[in-house]
Amino acid sequence: MRVTFTVNGREQAADDVWEGESLLYVLRERLGLPGSKNACEQGECGSCTVRLDGVPVCSCLVAAGQAEGRDVVTVEGLAGDDGTLSTVQQAFVDAGAVQCGFCTPGLLVAADELLERNPEPSDGDIREALSGNLCRCTGYEKILDAVRLAAARTGEAV
Amino acid sequence: MSTHQTRTEPAAAVAPGRTPTSLTQGTGGLTKGGIGESTLRPDGILKVTGEFAYSSDLWHEDMLWGYTLRSTVAHATIASIDTSEALATSGVYAVLTYDDLPTEVKHYGLEIRDTPVLAHGKVRHHGEPVALVAADHPETARRAAAKIRVEYEDLPVVTDEASATGPGAVLVHEGRDDHHSGHVPHPNIVHRQPIVRGDAAAAAARADVVVTGDYVFGMQDQAFLGPESGLAVPAEDGGVDLYVATQWLHSDLRQIAPVLGLPEKKVRMTLSGVGGAFGGREDLSMQIHGCLLALRTGKPVKIVYNRFESFFGHVHRHPATLHYEHGATRDGKLTHVRCRIVLDGGAYASASPAVVGNAASLSIGPYVVEDVDIEAIALYTNNPPCGAMRGFGAVQACFAYEAQMDRVAAELGMDPVEFRQINAMEQGTVMPTGQVVDSPAPVAELLRRVKARPLPPERQWETTEGADVRALPGGLSNTTHGEGVVRGVGYAVGIKNVGFSEGFDDYSTARVRMEVVGGEAVATVHTAMAEVGQGGVTVHAQIARSELGVTQVTIAPADTQVGSAGSTSASRQTYMTGGAVKNTCEAVREKVLDIGRRRFGTYHPAWATAELLLENGRVVTDGGEALADLADVLDGEVVDLELEFRHRPTQAFDLRTGQGNGHVQYSFAAHRAVVEVDTELGLVKVVELACAQDVGKALNPLSVVGQIQGGTTQGLGVAVMEEIVVDPVTAKVRNPSFTDYLIPTILDTPTIPVDVLELADAHAPYGLRGVGEAPTLSATPAVLAAIRQATGLELNRTPVRPEHLTGS
Repeated sequence: MRVTFTVNGREQAADDVWEGESLLYVLRERLGLPGSKNACEQGECGSCTVRLDGVPVCSCLVAAGQAEGRDVVTVEGLAGDDGTLSTVQQAFVDAGAVQCGFCTPGLLVAADELLERNPEPSDGDIREALSGNLCRCTGYEKILDAVRLAAARTGEAV
Repeated sequence: MSTHQTRTEPAAAVAPGRTPTSLTQGTGGLTKGGIGESTLRPDGILKVTGEFAYSSDLWHEDMLWGYTLRSTVAHATIASIDTSEALATSGVYAVLTYDDLPTEVKHYGLEIRDTPVLAHGKVRHHGEPVALVAADHPETARRAAAKIRVEYEDLPVVTDEASATGPGAVLVHEGRDDHHSGHVPHPNIVHRQPIVRGDAAAAAARADVVVTGDYVFGMQDQAFLGPESGLAVPAEDGGVDLYVATQWLHSDLRQIAPVLGLPEKKVRMTLSGVGGAFGGREDLSMQIHGCLLALRTGKPVKIVYNRFESFFGHVHRHPATLHYEHGATRDGKLTHVRCRIVLDGGAYASASPAVVGNAASLSIGPYVVEDVDIEAIALYTNNPPCGAMRGFGAVQACFAYEAQMDRVAAELGMDPVEFRQINAMEQGTVMPTGQVVDSPAPVAELLRRVKARPLPPERQWETTEGADVRALPGGLSNTTHGEGVVRGVGYAVGIKNVGFSEGFDDYSTARVRMEVVGGEAVATVHTAMAEVGQGGVTVHAQIARSELGVTQVTIAPADTQVGSAGSTSASRQTYMTGGAVKNTCEAVREKVLDIGRRRFGTYHPAWATAELLLENGRVVTDGGEALADLADVLDGEVVDLELEFRHRPTQAFDLRTGQGNGHVQYSFAAHRAVVEVDTELGLVKVVELACAQDVGKALNPLSVVGQIQGGTTQGLGVAVMEEIVVDPVTAKVRNPSFTDYLIPTILDTPTIPVDVLELADAHAPYGLRGVGEAPTLSATPAVLAAIRQATGLELNRTPVRPEHLTGS
């Protein structure tokens, strides 16, 4: 089947999609957007988190057909058109929140959504919002630092 | 030390559409970016934009997908395999079994080649690879594999020491002829290492208190997030180009090439982006399988495990049973330790022999004990194979000896930290192996530091709007607002070796090139070091800046076109490949200075007389006088060297007494855990897990703290949640998923304050001490000690589950 949806602001179509394929598979293997990651493909780790009509979802649990006509934002859509990193991306780099980096794309999409909804999150809010995103390298401390940093920088800019 | 100038160029395989890229980073501005600074990762921007190419992201025009059919039973003979229906499936290009292996070499292994590439007549564990499929879509491959008919005839399963070595035990491997087979007491024992020093029996007679304990350590999984994956591309010269996530390219190469029947130079390996490792990528996974399918079909083949398969696709941390006896005098001095550590190595040897050596030699912890009687063994069973995981044998021992230390202190009525400090080793202490600890060992100081830290306030969950359940045991399940919640505090300290031990020739290679590009002197560092997330690429650039005075350093992709960098494991890479980069840079610097002397020596006497350094793009004297710009010195010349670097040699442990200078370096960390336990439901919230660690020299403080926090969290995981559950009757894995194998989330993980000491080891590059593993040791026993203090329960196994705390 053919699936057509908007990805990071651009309409994209994928052909020959088998009905059982996930949105994650279509993004990674058919649309050349491998930024969303495949750590568990069971909806447990959050590494494939994308926003579907603004809502963070595990793209491994969304059938590709469910995305038909909808709006998807992936990690590849966070930076500016000129390549300028978004505030949360830059904060992850600066705070040392990236080690192997496999969890990073999903965490960025989740953190970006958190800060949009709650520009001054408490530590408890950050932990709750990111509790669906597993990281095995960092022990999460630098990820907390990064989200705090992104919130502070966003606050300064306003 | 030797120089390799001969280099092979890769044959003309068509490069994949998405491949690993060089990382170039300048520091800009006034930042020097050398060692000791928290420079940022050169791959950081690629990783936050989603552009970094992990091994599962690789793509090639016309590529096929490989899939592995695995055994559904733990121990059985294979009566028959029928692949006809699978082969007839539309979209399937190849189905391979043992009979299709191209050469006489059909096994591989890190140390003992006992692991079949594909099962031959028998399977020895649940999930063993039996057949391979290549198809045009991953789902086609999976469905075709499901059509392969394998007829199993069950064999009795060996699951523990009793069934492995008791009368009439079934042998997991018949006819062993490996180099351990001659000294082990039973063919189902992979390796045995006793250590005997002093006279434990006589010392026991002097003890005022003797404490014995039996402990159980569950099977932990590395649970790296990037699944096993890679892309094999057949080349026109009959060889293969393999892009893969691994911890040691050259070790893989040594195991892969003979099975393919290819010379090593025709198996060109390039490291792809690695999504964590923690020991789980020391053994091969899809490497040979992908190459076999690519060579058979003549097409590029990509294999990506899903999480379910990943749990079967790599070895785990050895589960262990440990028996300990500690004695002490009334004044708090340890008299002796007797212990026996039984590690379950599972069906294949993997790293078991080295894990045994570590468990035995580090079994009494960082304490002074002159009279010891130690034995460690690893079993062959039909359980999942176990091998390397962060901490490597030292983790299991630390869990048990630290529990013992608390119990002895309690028997003596002493403070557990003070008791540890009385017995703490220091520089000059003799290990049970007879090895003298010849660099700082600040064990008592690390304990003092974690203890001196202010405790987190009580009842932190209380807010003006009621309880914040996110900070309570049970979390958002909203199971308590503080009722039945009890706090406990626990301490632990551990000792880990750094580098490969027991006489292994553990070297690393670095190639460094210095030249002028765009009017600026720049350096390129090329090693085969596996960057698995630890930040080796960051420190390599820092080292090159410090040694060569350049700003811009390019880290070339790691591949087998340069000499071995050894393994990214054993906390060794900054020491070893960092040491190799330093070593090669020093040689490059000498060449550059020779060029400078030749060109400019006649203009200034300092070229001949002063100590010369390369700093900020210039040649300067140690007095700070600038002699020339590096760009002018080099002009058109290129300096390019590849050198090996070795740590000081170690010795094998004597097979009867365990004596020998077996280790390169020791590292130490201490933890204090603060927990809150819902005693009614048996739920644990770790409130804080503070760590103090000596790192010798922090080359990149930000990365060092990140390593310590990450290692600490893995130790927390195996304290309260992480365990692969293997059915004791069938030896089948019950929980191969992140639904049932839990790793800590950000809500499970507490604040982890880190206190870094830098006491230089004079034997090591820059005085540094390997960092990665030590924090994984003491985190677990510290959490257990805190839970014991909160509950008053004995708790002799880890991980602790709710039923262990509620008694039901």
